[in-house]
Amino acid sequence: MDLSLSTRTVGDRTIVEVGGEIDVYTAPKLREQLVELVNDGSYHLVVDMEGVDFLDSTGLGVLVGGLKRVRAHEGSLRLVCNQERILKIFRITGLTKVFPIHTSVDEAVAATD
Amino acid sequence: MPTVELLFSAQPEHVRTARLVAAAVARRAGVDEAALDEVRLAVGEACSRAVGLHRSNGVEAPVRVMLNEDEKKFSIEVADEVPGNASGGSPDAGADEAADDEGEMGLAVISGLVDDVEVIEGAAGGTIRMSWPTTTA
Repeated sequence: MDLSLSTRTVGDRTIVEVGGEIDVYTAPKLREQLVELVNDGSYHLVVDMEGVDFLDSTGLGVLVGGLKRVRAHEGSLRLVCNQERILKIFRITGLTKVFPIHTSVDEAVAATD
Repeated sequence: MPTVELLFSAQPEHVRTARLVAAAVARRAGVDEAALDEVRLAVGEACSRAVGLHRSNGVEAPVRVMLNEDEKKFSIEVADEVPGNASGGSPDAGADEAADDEGEMGLAVISGLVDDVEVIEGAAGGTIRMSWPTTTA
């Protein structure tokens, strides 16, 4: 399965809905999408990963890169994820301390901390 | 001779194929269903690292994946043909730092995931060897 990406805005937040597999092959597409959003002035991103079947370290690298970019504009990058197998990857790499991870898009949109 | 051996050209799009094959053979070998996600991820990381090494060093040889099934364990070896990467001293240092960083993150994920893992550096290239216990029904 390939990567699917769609975006929508809720208030000042941009939701990026990701589906499929994020790996060494597909991660560049996600990177392009995040870079494009930031270049267009969207600095508060919510990446919805509920439809993601697979995530590897290349994908993590892209998310960290996205976080770096939005932070340069005092923005935010929040993740939505409830899948244990995906959460595990954030946990073993210590990235749960880096990304705010929410259980729903609504919760991520409402978060302000 | 390995149970299944896979050679693929060092292109990112083939890493998924390697994951699927490894998971299928692991399941057949009797690796616990709950560990198959780990197998998939670990093989993907090892193959992504090998693909990155081949590409950044201009190596045209394929990446080699060996899947071995024996009585008590299922083991995977992913071999690249780029010598001397364990110490981080790549032949053309600084050529592709981003790729190196990703490779290191990949290794971090593998060591976090897999209990039995070994990284071997040889004159001909590196090998990541990993294994999982199997349960025979």
